[in-house]
Amino acid sequence: MQATIEVTGLRKRFGPTLALDGMSFTVQPGQVTGFVGPNGAGKSTTMRVVLGLDAPDEGTALVGGTPYQSLRRPFTHLGALLDAGALQPGRSARNHLLWLAQSQGLPARRVDEVLGQVGLTSVARRRAAGFSLGMRQRLGIAGALLGQPRMLMFDEPFNGMDPEGIVWMRGFLRSLASEGRAVLVSSHLMSELQDTADHLVVVGRGKVVADTSMAELLAAASGDRVVLRTTARPAAMTVLAQAGAAVTVTDDDALMISGLAAERVVGLLSAAAVPFSEVSAHRASLEQAYLELTSESVEFRGERAGAGQAAATKEAAR
Amino acid sequence: MSARTIARPEPGQRAAADRFGDLLRAEWTKFRTVRGWLIAMVIGMLLMVAFGLLGGSANIACGTPGGKTLTGKACEPPVTLGPGGEPVTDDFSVIYQPLTGNGSITARLISLTGKYPSTSQAGPNVPMTSGLQPWSKAGIIIKNGLKPGSAYAAMLATGAHGVRMQYNFTGDLAGLPGRPTAAAPRWLRLTRHGDTVTGYDSADGRHWVQVGSVVLAGLHGTVQAGMFATTPGHDVINTGFGGGSFQGGPAEATGVFDKVSLTGAGPTWSTATVANRMGGGMPTPQPTKAGGTFTVTGSGDIAPVIAGPGGGGLPSATVSTHLIGAFAALLVVVVVAAMFITTEYRRGLIRLTFAASPDRGRVLAAKAVVIAAVTFVAGLIAGTVTVIIGLRASAASGVYVFPYTWPTAVRVVAGTAALLAVGAVLALAIATMVRRSAAAIATVIVAVVLPYFLAVAILPLGAANWLLRLTPAAGFAIQQAAPQYYQVSGQYAPASGYYPLAPWAGFAVLCLYAAVACFFAVRLLRRRDA
Repeated sequence: MQATIEVTGLRKRFGPTLALDGMSFTVQPGQVTGFVGPNGAGKSTTMRVVLGLDAPDEGTALVGGTPYQSLRRPFTHLGALLDAGALQPGRSARNHLLWLAQSQGLPARRVDEVLGQVGLTSVARRRAAGFSLGMRQRLGIAGALLGQPRMLMFDEPFNGMDPEGIVWMRGFLRSLASEGRAVLVSSHLMSELQDTADHLVVVGRGKVVADTSMAELLAAASGDRVVLRTTARPAAMTVLAQAGAAVTVTDDDALMISGLAAERVVGLLSAAAVPFSEVSAHRASLEQAYLELTSESVEFRGERAGAGQAAATKEAAR
Repeated sequence: MSARTIARPEPGQRAAADRFGDLLRAEWTKFRTVRGWLIAMVIGMLLMVAFGLLGGSANIACGTPGGKTLTGKACEPPVTLGPGGEPVTDDFSVIYQPLTGNGSITARLISLTGKYPSTSQAGPNVPMTSGLQPWSKAGIIIKNGLKPGSAYAAMLATGAHGVRMQYNFTGDLAGLPGRPTAAAPRWLRLTRHGDTVTGYDSADGRHWVQVGSVVLAGLHGTVQAGMFATTPGHDVINTGFGGGSFQGGPAEATGVFDKVSLTGAGPTWSTATVANRMGGGMPTPQPTKAGGTFTVTGSGDIAPVIAGPGGGGLPSATVSTHLIGAFAALLVVVVVAAMFITTEYRRGLIRLTFAASPDRGRVLAAKAVVIAAVTFVAGLIAGTVTVIIGLRASAASGVYVFPYTWPTAVRVVAGTAALLAVGAVLALAIATMVRRSAAAIATVIVAVVLPYFLAVAILPLGAANWLLRLTPAAGFAIQQAAPQYYQVSGQYAPASGYYPLAPWAGFAVLCLYAAVACFFAVRLLRRRDA
């Protein structure tokens, strides 16, 4: 069985809201796939459909080539963290995992193993009611790992984690992928995935906006632009404009140049004896790339803040 | 991405089946690891014990002719047991001859009349009204000696139920209808052959119809055969709101016989008043013989004693009396059973449950088995403890404890536990449908506990009985310990432990409700997004 999660043409309507509008993507094994999009873009709904919890109006979701519902002991194929808060407050962490293990016919030994894996051994017998959100995230991840599945799906696992937890989580996700598992991680914050995901599925308004590798996305967002730092801004602008480049002032001593390669910029400035301190290829941040992609599909946007954000996006793109 | 067309999967359907045992273990772990639920279960069972023991601890005091007041055990009335071991009333007047070996007695009953007090006060000077009670009776009898409680068979006419063949207090068979008069007399015949007594009736003395044939074990070689009369008291049963009241006074019945013939007996007639004073009878004149006509007047009854008012005023307890607290346990059980699933909905845990086990029907089944098993075991322990301690306390305080058979005791105690268990399943199923604790608990309490409470404590008998036929509260019938006798008038009310449906029929009504609720719960589970 190929360890892929394959979602095809999912459509689902909740009353007047179209939650999924033709969602299609495939999660490949051996890499971390980031599943990003603004709140309400359909990430959680997609995951619920994959797990057979919600029925799509149209489309299919296949786990390793078969519908989730036809899997025996499904957690041994696909482990999932949907909602870290989904705990019985009076039940201890260990007992929470124990019933999950029993439902999959797994031995109690696995419970202790996964508790160790996520670093919760010392609080295993404490009631879940006293857990911080970060600890609940770890407990949820432990549950997903119980059945040693080849596919994993985490919904917003970084939520509520402290910086140390975020670092741990990144390393943990990478190590799961390096073992050959297919890992789908959703987030509404691109920065959380910057150093984690190999592949990105960017969604907005219930459908895929971009399905691309991290490297390609960054390159596309960066464009063919060069950043120049110089104290002689007017001279530099004159020289470069004459050479046919489009030049934008981005700071007192910084220019953004498009239409010319970096070597050519250096050559022109040197020939004209214009001083400069730095010439570098522009690297768009993942955040910027993401905002560009999703600016059209942000569902809930504060009027003023949203307008400012959109302006900033355009500014950055220019 | 390929453009394969695959049928849209329904959530929770066509799910691959994991081992049901795994699911059961998981749900059991869920239940036992929430301390609040375990504590609630224990509290529920303690409530059942507490209610049962409080309800049964009567303080009985009685005066004696010496003026000394006795309490407790010393007040327990002497109880006569019939051949079947049940307490009986055996008060009647009889004119008889000994009958040795096989033989028969035949008589024509030409009149059955009676008198009863016209006011509810009893006493020697109470004015009497003419009239019969429905179960006033006069007829012929073959009895194994005159000791109260001894075996007998009788052919008799009644005030309102026609001719009957009755035997050994609990046996009752119907013969010719109608009340005997001079114009339409009733011919009655009993024949003895070995231990077998056969009864016949006839409207004309020529055409005889066998009413029944019964074996009276241990019948002596010589038995008494003769004409008898007796009648239960005039019962006025008020079943208004707030429970029933019972008023009554002793009555008398008179039978006039002629054309009497005995085979196998001597010529000498004796008269006797058999009385164990359980029937609340009144003094009556001795039977008389004038030529071929015999007049017998009696008061009391020949019948089993029933529990509750109308049963000879006996402070009594049955094996189920102390299980009155089952409703309190049920209240708690319903809450726990509903929360067993509603907390999962409230916390979103249900998604994890259904992701782990996509066949939602099986998840509900596992939950039902777990909650039912836990409740049954807890209820069985609590019920057994309550009954054992309660009956001992009752007996020690002078309350007469009705004899019971092991099958009845097991049915009542295990049935009560099963009642709680099925109630829990019903609550679980309704909670699954409505997904909210408060709504589910309210629904089940209104459907099960409230009708029971209304029927037992508040409503008049008719309404009470309908509630206990139609609502899931019918299941409480499983607790009925004392049999209801057609041939004994009495207040067969839920408050006295009598239910309108037979024990297993009532229980089946509850089970039906639970099954229907489970059916719709599973349907909803499969259709609904989790």
